Amino acid sequence: MTQTAAARLATGAEAAPAPAAEPVLAVEDLQTYFYTRRGLLKAVDRVSFSVGAGETLAIVGESGCGKSITALSVMRLVPSPPGRIVGGSVRLRGRDLLRLSEEEMRQIRGNEISMIFQEPMTSLNPVLTIGNQISEALILHQDVSRKAAMERAVEMLRLVRIPEPERRAREYPHQLSGGMRQRAMIAMALACNPKVLLADEPTTALDVTIQAQILELILELQQRLGTAVVLITHDLGVVAETAQRVIVMYAGRKVEEADVTSLFDEPLHPYTRGLMGSIPRLDMPETGTKGADRLQEIPGMVPPLNALPPGCAFAPRCAMATEKCQAEYPPYRELRPGHWSACWHAERLMAGGA
Amino acid sequence: MSGSLLQERRPGGGANLAAEPVLEVKELKKHFPVRKGILRRTVGHVYAVDGVSFSIAQGETLGLVGESGCGKSTVGRAVMRLVEPTSGRIRLNGHDITRLSKAEMRPHRREMQIIFQDPYSSLNPRMPVGRIVGEPLYVHGIGTAKEREERVAALFERVGLRAAQMKNYPHEFSGGQRQRIGIARALTLDPKLIIGDEPVSALDVSIQAQVINLLMDLQQEKRLSYLFIAHDLAVVKHISHRIAVMYLGRIVELADTRTLFTDPQHPYTEALLAAVPVPNPRQKRKRRILQGDVPSPIRPPPGCHFHTRCPYAEERCRREVPVAKEVAPGHVVACHLR
Amino acid sequence: MSYAGPQAQAVDHGAELARAGAHVQGWGGSVLYQARRHPLGALGLLIVAAFVLVALFAPFIATHDPLATNAASSLARPGGEHLLGADFMGRDMWSRIIYGARISLIVGIASTLLGCLLGVAVGLISGFWGGWVDLVTQRVNDVLQALPLLVLALVMAAALGPSLQNVIIAISIPVIPNVARVIRSNTLALREMPFVEAARAQGMSELRIAVLHVLPNTLAPVIVLATAQLGSAILTEASLSFLGLGIPEPYPSWGRMLSESAAEYVRTAPWLVIFPGLAISLVIFGTNLLGDAIRDILDPRERS
Repeated sequence: MTQTAAARLATGAEAAPAPAAEPVLAVEDLQTYFYTRRGLLKAVDRVSFSVGAGETLAIVGESGCGKSITALSVMRLVPSPPGRIVGGSVRLRGRDLLRLSEEEMRQIRGNEISMIFQEPMTSLNPVLTIGNQISEALILHQDVSRKAAMERAVEMLRLVRIPEPERRAREYPHQLSGGMRQRAMIAMALACNPKVLLADEPTTALDVTIQAQILELILELQQRLGTAVVLITHDLGVVAETAQRVIVMYAGRKVEEADVTSLFDEPLHPYTRGLMGSIPRLDMPETGTKGADRLQEIPGMVPPLNALPPGCAFAPRCAMATEKCQAEYPPYRELRPGHWSACWHAERLMAGGA
Repeated sequence: MSGSLLQERRPGGGANLAAEPVLEVKELKKHFPVRKGILRRTVGHVYAVDGVSFSIAQGETLGLVGESGCGKSTVGRAVMRLVEPTSGRIRLNGHDITRLSKAEMRPHRREMQIIFQDPYSSLNPRMPVGRIVGEPLYVHGIGTAKEREERVAALFERVGLRAAQMKNYPHEFSGGQRQRIGIARALTLDPKLIIGDEPVSALDVSIQAQVINLLMDLQQEKRLSYLFIAHDLAVVKHISHRIAVMYLGRIVELADTRTLFTDPQHPYTEALLAAVPVPNPRQKRKRRILQGDVPSPIRPPPGCHFHTRCPYAEERCRREVPVAKEVAPGHVVACHLR
Repeated sequence: MSYAGPQAQAVDHGAELARAGAHVQGWGGSVLYQARRHPLGALGLLIVAAFVLVALFAPFIATHDPLATNAASSLARPGGEHLLGADFMGRDMWSRIIYGARISLIVGIASTLLGCLLGVAVGLISGFWGGWVDLVTQRVNDVLQALPLLVLALVMAAALGPSLQNVIIAISIPVIPNVARVIRSNTLALREMPFVEAARAQGMSELRIAVLHVLPNTLAPVIVLATAQLGSAILTEASLSFLGLGIPEPYPSWGRMLSESAAEYVRTAPWLVIFPGLAISLVIFGTNLLGDAIRDILDPRERS
């Protein structure tokens, strides 16, 4: 390995990648609703974001916040019923994916946009060899011969640093370890050289040493291929080490958005602040007095999507909440250049208080 | 909460010496046979736990960390006697429980309980949660029905649930609440030792903090001992007094928390610490990423199990099994190079 | 599974929610909602409900004593005094079919219940304790399943001799392996669940764990299986009676009504064959439709 992930990030962050004139993927006001027996669930409620070539955008949030449904909506893979994309646009290099026919969409999936999932075992077909599964996408989208596709598959496996790629290409998913399977998934996702890679908790099911390998690999390939990456995760450590921009979601909505350093330096939403306070940290010195250092808790739990409070969804758990928060949903405001937050009291957080 | 309900019939009575550890495990081994073919012949073994020793004092938390398949969960289950240990010795409050029969084991079950990882599958979906929590009292014939109900109500309040929720079924609760029910169930018999098998791994970040705080408060209140099994180093660091690092069935390093994090001696511990992403984009750490995968525990490499991935491995590491040695008081490392 | 298609211009939230059943309230509401989603199941439910009501209130629906003979109306045509005609002995067909529903229902329910009860016990024991008990019961099950239901019931009925109880027992035997297999495979999965381990960690006896923690979690699929078995039990009763091994005279059994008349009167008095045949077909049709719908509704993939 010539350069480490962190070192590359360091140079990248300081050189501040010039924002591309036009983003590769621009999602605007996306609304995905679920119609269920429990009522209308606004799983994704007016979410907007954009990613440029070579950029990594992280979407952070806890389970049920809508981050995975956002990715599935971009891929147009929301199961229906009960899901419906009811509003907004998803522009891939200017073309609105939400207006395409299913046939046209199939040409986009796995070709211009790819997705990798959390569980590499269930996302691979157990009865096809790894090589076959990778070449499948190539034959489908790139109009190449079976032989050429297989050669490219082996090349992809080599690219994701799977040892003995020729042999591995002839093996079945169950013969690979968890880390290897995730590498194979990445090879498959990148085989057609997509413009956008959606990674939904790509390392959550992996061990920490393997996670480090996979994150490093995704970043390195991104640099080499210029892919725009949308990384969906709940792990703030992963965010800090990989992303340039971050979106924080809560109960289907964006609550905060900033570049990664601003977000970690000065979170401007009480939820983000709460999340950061509630994780045990490895980088903090050990005090030695176990009982004394309690973790900061966010009281209560995420409200169910069919029973959201009328005002700010976070208000019932928020120490700063006032009557206004309970009554009215706060506007999404740009408080510092590029740093947005949906909180009535964001100014108080800016002053460095709380 | 009154413990009077639980005063009678404890093994060993109050004879415990203060110095005696609550749990002492010596050279514990658990090998699962691998069977193949129609005759189900044993063709090999999974060396899940391969000679593990540690002890836990009263009021202490020992963290047990390692990657999947390292055998950490099997250690917990063997201590609970949910799987039969192949060899070694387990002493609970000074009593050797390694070979006790089911009936002989019963009184000792009151001394140790377990909390599971998955808050969904660890509660019987067809049983009201109050009954789930109170069941151990019934099984051990403790108290009258009314006393039992009062104790369960008190436990509910203690873990942050309302006593009125006792009649509800598990599916009516969120993941975090279910984990609280699991904790209440473990506390019912007022045990001395609680084994947490990844008790917060399945929970969301904000809920995880609530449960960790609850576990730490309970420890203070009741002088509980924890064997805290987890893969998340940050969580383990936060909750543990001492930490044991496992790799492929063996403990490679054991030290108090501060020492382990400031002065890791085993190359694997070092690599593990380096691999954890830190939630601070300004902190540019020197990352040394460990290459390769964990080998199969069916055919663990000879010598030091870690030599296939170790950047410092020498010839000797490939042949000889390193012996655990105490490099400083209470700091045990199994590595030829230390 | 299909995916959300290209974005439609306007979405009617109310209509979508109604389709998803968001406004369903209470038990009755759920039944109506499911009935709308599974119209064939609703038809099945109606048929089965009608069948059960007829059996319960047979004395009020029947126009004649089903056992009373009357030489004057021997082989009377349908219409007139005898709604569906009368048989050779002048017994009213309509009344005999109404009372026949009772026999069918009793035999169907009793044999299904008995079969399920024994099947659950066998499945639980062989799945939870395993070992040689499992091995033996498994092989016995395999042998039983290799024989067709009817043949098995035939052998049993012939061995036990014709009586109501014996017919019930004979029909329940083939149900056992079907139920036992489902219970066993569920038990095998449940045995490893953390909540079972937790019970063990508390020092609970194996019997208590099996009955209290494993058994209640295996029963949902049995309900589905039982509805399916009910239909075939009724059919088997009819078949046994047709072959003369079922319900003895003089009780009116649809199967025997069919067999008594089939050979001799199919040309001269076809109503003696048509109406019992229709009754059998209708009830089997109803239970099958209902069974399919219940399976779909209880399927976890259908629920969200």
